[in-house]
Amino acid sequence: MTPTDLSPKETQAPINQMESEEAQRYYSATQFQLIWWRFRKHRLAQVGAIILITMAVIGLFAEFFGPYTGTTRVSDAVLVRPQAPQFCNDDGCTLRPFIPGVISERNPETLRMETKIDPSVRRDIYFFVEGEEYKLLGKFKTNIHFFGLKEGSIHLFGTDSLGRDIFSRVLLATRTSLSIGIFGVVIAFVLALVIGGVAGYFGGGLDYAIQRLTEIVRVIPVIPLYMGLAAAFPKEWSSTQVYFAMTLVLALVGWPTLARRIRGKLLSLRGEDYVIAANLAGAGPSRIIGRHLLPAFMSYIIVDLVISFPFMLLSETALSFVGLGLRPPTVSWGVLLQDAQTVRAIEQAPWLFIPAIFVVVAVLSFTVLGDGLRDAADPYQVSG
Amino acid sequence: MVKFLFQRTIGMAITMFFVSIMVFVIMELPPGDYAERWAFRKFSGTGAQITEADLDNIRANFGLDRPAPERYFKWISGIVLHGDFGEAFAFQTSVNNVIGQKIWLTLAILFSTLIVTYLVAIPVGIYAAIRRGSAEDYALTVFSYLGFALPNFLLALVLLYVSITVFDSSVGGLFSPEYADAPWSIAKAKDLLGHLIIPAIILAWSATAFQLQTVRATMLDELNNLSVTAARARGVPEWKLLLKYPARLAINPVVSTMSFDANRIFSELPIVALVLGLPELGELLLKSYLDLDMFVAGAILLILTFMIVFMNFLSDIFLAILDPRVKLIEG
Amino acid sequence: MANTKEITKDNLLEVRNLKISFKTDEGIITAVDGIDFSVKHGQTLGIVGESGSGKSVSTWSIMRLLPKNSIIDKGSSIQFHRKSGKVVEMTKLKANSRELRKIRGGEVALIFQEPMSSFSPVYTIGNQIVEAVLQHRDVSKEEAEEIAVDMLDRVGISNPRQRFRQYPFELSGGMRQRAMIAVALSMNPSLLIADEPTTSLDVTIQAQILELMNELQEELGMSIIFITHNLGVIAQVADEIEVMYLGKILERGKTKEIIQQPQHPYTQALLEAIPRLDRLGERLTAISGDIPSPLSRPVGCPFYTRCEKVMPGICDIEMPKPTQLSETHTVYCFLHEEKDV
Repeated sequence: MTPTDLSPKETQAPINQMESEEAQRYYSATQFQLIWWRFRKHRLAQVGAIILITMAVIGLFAEFFGPYTGTTRVSDAVLVRPQAPQFCNDDGCTLRPFIPGVISERNPETLRMETKIDPSVRRDIYFFVEGEEYKLLGKFKTNIHFFGLKEGSIHLFGTDSLGRDIFSRVLLATRTSLSIGIFGVVIAFVLALVIGGVAGYFGGGLDYAIQRLTEIVRVIPVIPLYMGLAAAFPKEWSSTQVYFAMTLVLALVGWPTLARRIRGKLLSLRGEDYVIAANLAGAGPSRIIGRHLLPAFMSYIIVDLVISFPFMLLSETALSFVGLGLRPPTVSWGVLLQDAQTVRAIEQAPWLFIPAIFVVVAVLSFTVLGDGLRDAADPYQVSG
Repeated sequence: MVKFLFQRTIGMAITMFFVSIMVFVIMELPPGDYAERWAFRKFSGTGAQITEADLDNIRANFGLDRPAPERYFKWISGIVLHGDFGEAFAFQTSVNNVIGQKIWLTLAILFSTLIVTYLVAIPVGIYAAIRRGSAEDYALTVFSYLGFALPNFLLALVLLYVSITVFDSSVGGLFSPEYADAPWSIAKAKDLLGHLIIPAIILAWSATAFQLQTVRATMLDELNNLSVTAARARGVPEWKLLLKYPARLAINPVVSTMSFDANRIFSELPIVALVLGLPELGELLLKSYLDLDMFVAGAILLILTFMIVFMNFLSDIFLAILDPRVKLIEG
Repeated sequence: MANTKEITKDNLLEVRNLKISFKTDEGIITAVDGIDFSVKHGQTLGIVGESGSGKSVSTWSIMRLLPKNSIIDKGSSIQFHRKSGKVVEMTKLKANSRELRKIRGGEVALIFQEPMSSFSPVYTIGNQIVEAVLQHRDVSKEEAEEIAVDMLDRVGISNPRQRFRQYPFELSGGMRQRAMIAVALSMNPSLLIADEPTTSLDVTIQAQILELMNELQEELGMSIIFITHNLGVIAQVADEIEVMYLGKILERGKTKEIIQQPQHPYTQALLEAIPRLDRLGERLTAISGDIPSPLSRPVGCPFYTRCEKVMPGICDIEMPKPTQLSETHTVYCFLHEEKDV
């Protein structure tokens, strides 16, 4: 007898001849088909998934979708209000969207430069226009942007105090923040899988030691711990170095929770009959873990990964917000929000908070997606 | 019970020992050494020239020339034996002075947050479970999701903004200006309580979101429990039944995760404190990280963690009182 | 609607045309499909069936203990003779009404298969008995405690005063089931519903509990509905037996008639699955296949998918009508219907 004969798929219930066709389909479906069917019932989770995919695509092609590069400064457009594209003005309506012109003048009382809308000027928005040059996906040199103006400048989300277009910067930040989350989760997961897997499979003294270690990491308040590690980044590090260091820090603090869950699940699976049977049949540990245990809780792991995302995103945002995380010129959601630290910022330029909406929407999407996946992946959720 | 307490105390000490090592490692992480930063802070602007020999002197003074294990031992024994947390260079005084009464303010924030959390999460979670699938239940789920997703500093900023524009008073700080340096009095305590409400609400939101879902889930499990049906079959009135059986058990997971709540609160505290200008440990921790004043940072990290570990100890005791099954396992 | 006739005098409980469904995500599932049974004063009715046959659902419905997504059909009738002599239609009682609460426990008591999970783990045994006594008897707390200790003693629990202060998990399985019986009987019910009370126990303990129940019934004169999947167990306690399968009654009769002359192929199959001392060495026959899911309930006789004597074209068209074999013995099977015709 080879150990492969004992994989969980073979232990299905006898199929009653009377089962309806649907039930037949149900019994013969693979685990992932089952999860997929159940997932399709979760409307909210699907909405979450669609939002996240959109964000990922937009982030990936941030330079294309944004009319400017993140560092372009328009000196006569400091703290411009968000401009909503219009189709109509006093002269009537057109199919082509446009924005009204902007004039900036010095306020005679406060002596500050202020911008005003000039409704008499109409600036048409064109699609696939030529603009600043950039490298798409870091490779293909081009200057085509999804939309833009032929003269003047357009700022859908307004500009910051240096006259940079927030819309373009938010798109770039979406890429940074999502990617740091992905790297953080993946590294944390690999650590957790190795450490938790070893602890869960072998048990005993090793398990005990690793257990204590994860317990200690978990007991220290998380963000202060992140901050402590981030505070150690040398000031002279480049923003790229800081970026990679941040992913490492997120992963280093994030793995114990994952490891604990993987360990717990492995321990309960280790006692299952088919694993014991494989053991008796002489299969080695790596074969048992890889061939029998991993497939059995693959779905469980995916759910866990999705659920840990919001935490990574929020941590990155919080750290960068207080200046202990990513640093300019890198743009992430947290870095963008540094400009919105004070009440004065809300009073003067509430649009500086637009990046926060992205954070909230992304976290909510991950949360509902995680919930939906968890419900879908739960094999014990047999209805009826 | 004595044996139980003894076991838990030992466990707490062991955990704190390892935590202190980890904290020490974090203190050692930043590049450059403490002597340089100390000297820089002390002599900058004075025009004094600092030589390598001066630095060596300072190093010798602080024992920085000793190997790490020895320094760790000196540091930890100072704390354990004399309650001495070392020197804060950014303030040119001892860490103890800097931290001082901030510990009590931090505890005040922690407990007011926990009280708000439990006062809301437990009854509301029970209600949501009983009204499962209703509009209220759905609204509460949305409330919880927002609790997970809203960054706290954002919430703090918005509340600050609202209080300034609508109520024309700042919710920032922990004391009104007239009480800030006044000696403790009933009026000052009242003033403090008034100022605690906003940070407590901000910090409690996410903690409440988690606990509300925990209570709701436990309630739902317990509502289906046979013991509830059994009690119903004995003719126990419905409200009494809910309170005595499922609701009573729904409190257990809350009690057992008290230290997680403390962890979550302390985790969010520094940034909220920064935005609201609260003079407590979290804010100081953040500042000392930015200044790389690692003795202060290490001390605060250790104190906050100790509070969490102690909460865990407390929750173990509460749980043992609340749940007779716990004692049985302990033997 | 047709069931408006009054309950007969010998009957403590009369259930007619009981139909129970559940609203689920997959649609409406019928768990009990138009069954009748009755319990005479001081007698024991046994209901036998595999899990999923609807036997628990139908008895829980007597006490209105079914979950919120359940529907008791309008045509169903559950009539119960109260101690006061009044007859109540249980299906018409308002949920959580005072009258319903008085009947729950005080007149109809329930014990479950799982004595562990039917006690709350965080209260002592005594606490839960006293709660029950105070609910239904007009006594002081001290008197209630006395009644509780006395009851624990009567169900054969040694050191009742000590057990009174113990938690459910500190008792053995058999002890817990005795305690459960003590809770039920401390309220002085006229009907005891025992839902698989011995299934989770060892065979020796099982025998002790059955004996105890017989003794207590004689002593207190209550009626019992005894639910089990084990015909061997029920033969020891029941006066009459109903055999249930997938929400339908397939055969009913005096215990003797069911055990000695089972007529329905299903009853026969159940009997063959019990080990017997006089047939040592013979192979036990299991019923082949699984009980069909209530979602895909077969048309016609519910048992035909597993029946060895199935008659295609007859059994899978409609439900057989009752065939009266004696005054007390009824079977629902085409094999017997044919003989009559």
